[in-house]
Amino acid sequence: MLRYAYYPGCSMDTTGVTYRMSIEYLARKIGLELMEIPDWNCCGASSAHAKGKWQALALPARNLAIAEKRLPGLDICVPCAACYARLLAATAAIRESDETRARIEEITGVTVKAGAEILTLMDVLGTDEGFAACAAAVERKLTGLKVACYYGCLTSRPRAITGVQNIESPELMEKIVSLSGVECVDWDFKTECCGGSHQVDAPAAARPLVERIFRNAKANGAQAIVTACPMCHLNLDMREEEINRKMGTAYDIPVYQFTQLLAVAMGASAKEVGLQKHFYPAFKRLDRTLRKAGTLQ
Amino acid sequence: MSRTGVFVCHCGSNIAGALDVERVAEAAGKLPGVRYAATYKYMCSEQGQQLVRDAIAEHGLDRIVIASCSPRMHENTFRKLLKDTPVNPYMLEIANIREQCAWVHTDREQATEKAIDLVRMAVAKVSKNKPLHSSFIPVHKKALVIGAGIAGIQAALDIADAGYEVTLLEKESSIGGHMVMLDKTFPTLDCSACISTPKMSEVAAHPNVTLMTGSTVESVGGYVGNFDVTIRQKAKYVNHDLCTGCGLCETKCPAKVTSEFNQQLCTRTAIFRPFPQAVPAKPVIDPDSCRKLSGKARCGVCQAVCPLGAIDFEDKDKLITDTYGAIVVATGYELVDWAPLYPEYGGGKYPDVITGLQYERLVNASGPTEGKILRPSDKSVPKEIVIVKCVGSRDKKKGRAYCSRACCMYSAKHAHQILDKIPDACVTVFYMDVRTPGKNYEEFYDRAREDGARYVRGRVAKIFRENGKLICRGEDTLLGRSVEVPADMVILETAMTPAPEIRELCARLSISTDEYGWVQEAHPKLRPVETQTAGVYLAGTCQGPKDIPDTVAQAGAAAAKVCILFSKNEIEGSPMISAVDENKCCGCSACVRVCPYRAVTLEEIDSREINGTVKRHVARVNAGLCQGCGACAAACRTGAIDLLGFTNAQILKEVDALCL
Repeated sequence: MLRYAYYPGCSMDTTGVTYRMSIEYLARKIGLELMEIPDWNCCGASSAHAKGKWQALALPARNLAIAEKRLPGLDICVPCAACYARLLAATAAIRESDETRARIEEITGVTVKAGAEILTLMDVLGTDEGFAACAAAVERKLTGLKVACYYGCLTSRPRAITGVQNIESPELMEKIVSLSGVECVDWDFKTECCGGSHQVDAPAAARPLVERIFRNAKANGAQAIVTACPMCHLNLDMREEEINRKMGTAYDIPVYQFTQLLAVAMGASAKEVGLQKHFYPAFKRLDRTLRKAGTLQ
Repeated sequence: MSRTGVFVCHCGSNIAGALDVERVAEAAGKLPGVRYAATYKYMCSEQGQQLVRDAIAEHGLDRIVIASCSPRMHENTFRKLLKDTPVNPYMLEIANIREQCAWVHTDREQATEKAIDLVRMAVAKVSKNKPLHSSFIPVHKKALVIGAGIAGIQAALDIADAGYEVTLLEKESSIGGHMVMLDKTFPTLDCSACISTPKMSEVAAHPNVTLMTGSTVESVGGYVGNFDVTIRQKAKYVNHDLCTGCGLCETKCPAKVTSEFNQQLCTRTAIFRPFPQAVPAKPVIDPDSCRKLSGKARCGVCQAVCPLGAIDFEDKDKLITDTYGAIVVATGYELVDWAPLYPEYGGGKYPDVITGLQYERLVNASGPTEGKILRPSDKSVPKEIVIVKCVGSRDKKKGRAYCSRACCMYSAKHAHQILDKIPDACVTVFYMDVRTPGKNYEEFYDRAREDGARYVRGRVAKIFRENGKLICRGEDTLLGRSVEVPADMVILETAMTPAPEIRELCARLSISTDEYGWVQEAHPKLRPVETQTAGVYLAGTCQGPKDIPDTVAQAGAAAAKVCILFSKNEIEGSPMISAVDENKCCGCSACVRVCPYRAVTLEEIDSREINGTVKRHVARVNAGLCQGCGACAAACRTGAIDLLGFTNAQILKEVDALCL
């Protein structure tokens, strides 16, 4: 049964709204039940760990505790890569040491066992059941569109916690997004850092990090970049035009969430997945692809 | 009552400067059983030794205590001296009042007291000493050399030239090892094959050498002078007595697999010689890739074309047992499997990221490109080449903290060769340090830089592709900035690592390896080619990464050690080994389990008991294998085992002397 506790994270209603819209569309289509954790709080994401260890652990731990109590027995699906990294780090820390657990319980005032598995949305859709459901729901194909799957740095690192074997070149997003009919190019910046929140506080220093991601995607033949994280998506989508202006480049690479491509393949309209909300124009590339490819039937 | 003589050494001022030697001698003179006590400036000198001889004659001494330096220093000196006197050489104890007293204390009074304690203990112990007599083991004057790379070949040739028989074992179908794969050798740029193939044919033709290829060690028994070794000789499926090596079969064989010798850069057939100058120059069939032997097809083409009927599909593995007096381990190295360790370098998915050994085959005239440097992906001539050093070495995160030693030099050689063969080439070498300690090595490295090789100090963090180029991103730590160097081909100078089978072989030989699997020498400085097991010696890179000159030198040293052993008809075994009191032994086998040398076994004996003769098991110590470590004596629960020279009675007497 495709049923998970769901931790959306703070960005889902704001910068990550297109991600949310496409996730909701896709969940309806494939019968994926995402049970939102009641009264969830911010996980601390990219800033709490810079303030202090216990703050960084206690913030996500409270969400784990609520999920345990209110949604017992369900694994937790986390679509945002930064949230995923924090919830996973807290889970690992609690499981590893009773002392840590006791300290966290003291801070949060609730008991926590961290028994649930923390999964990205890719993990959920990559299960046999999730994958089969997605495959069955596809109505049309985006054949001919060459995409570079960009995982960001946080879904695979650190290896000690994620247990991911192929840190440099994971393959799961390719497997899932290929269901939409796109062609995934082989490129080398799948898990490079996009600069994270430094795109806000030090954009000039962080800009080259995003630029080289575009550069490598283009050099390896990609027409679009696909992400699986609201932060990665924002950093790429928001900065592309600025990079072209300030660095004298001419990238024309729209950035999609992998769920947007799946939703479109499952019949969603542009508005239903929020294509009009992108910073860098994203509609035309999909529209043209769809016209050329036609519907599946 | 014993008649002990005590001799206290001044060791110049080494001992006498830190404590009162006269008082030590005076106190010793009053100890029970001591008949004579004296001091002398240098006991180890000829005059000092004469003092001992005279005292023995004059006072009828039957046991001796020397209070001097560590027994590691001069115990043997005094044992030798006693050989020519009525006193048994093992009726001797050394009280170490230098390293363990004079050198470590500053208070003269307390140091003197401690020296007296140490002498008292030695006097007490020696009172329980018993005369011991060496056993003599016959030496079987035939050596086994395991591994026929340059180290094994050199060791085998040296031993054979000294007039002794040698069996040279090689697991591959040809001897030659890695050296024959190399194109040129640094720093002289000799053709590697030209200087190693004459040695290969020389060793194969040597009347004292028996060459066994396709062979591995199955089991080892026995001890120094008398190792019983069983060798497994893999089926060749070609009768080498009939085969003339005409090569017709190789041209007709339809099965193609990647060539190990050419580092996967081209293919070979299932019936093959790994390379044209192979020794023996006759093919074997690889049963895994042969269509007929693997059962994939009926085939048998080679059998049909062979004009001499040398193909024998019914050939079986053979087990051969022989006795050897000495064994030389020369099993060499492998290159680290870099692909799984370096996903950041593409993990093996870029065909133009190659290893240094692959490059050697590319640049070699008998290699897959006939010596033209052509990159594997499209066979074009690479113009921009990046060389990355320390791949898999000097990095704890990648599992190996050690330096691979030869890479600095062969990367300089690679840079030089590229700049020589491709005139407008651009070579960038990423390095951490450049280590050139050999003769003419620094000059060679200078030459590579003068040729135009650009050395960038820093590691490569990532290799990625952009528009048909491999981009090497790294840090130039001298300039303190990151750099991106585009390349048409990247050469990874990968670390040497021990062959995986080495641990199994070492277990069979009762020798040990370090944390990485390099074979452990008996002493890192003073016994570099010996192992803890007497009669087993080391040569070449099985002991640790090294270059060809060092390998050849070490092989010669190992051969010399073998020849020393073989120069005697029998060897004197140390009598300080374990002895079992069969009356006390209960046959529990605790000693068998703790013995690191497999010297203790259980044997059935007829034992006379009250109710008649019964059969029971007791421990037996093999005098040839026992190294006198004492593990069994410590493990024995009934006190049935004593280490001669360190018996329980002796040790207790020593403790009593100190504590009572």
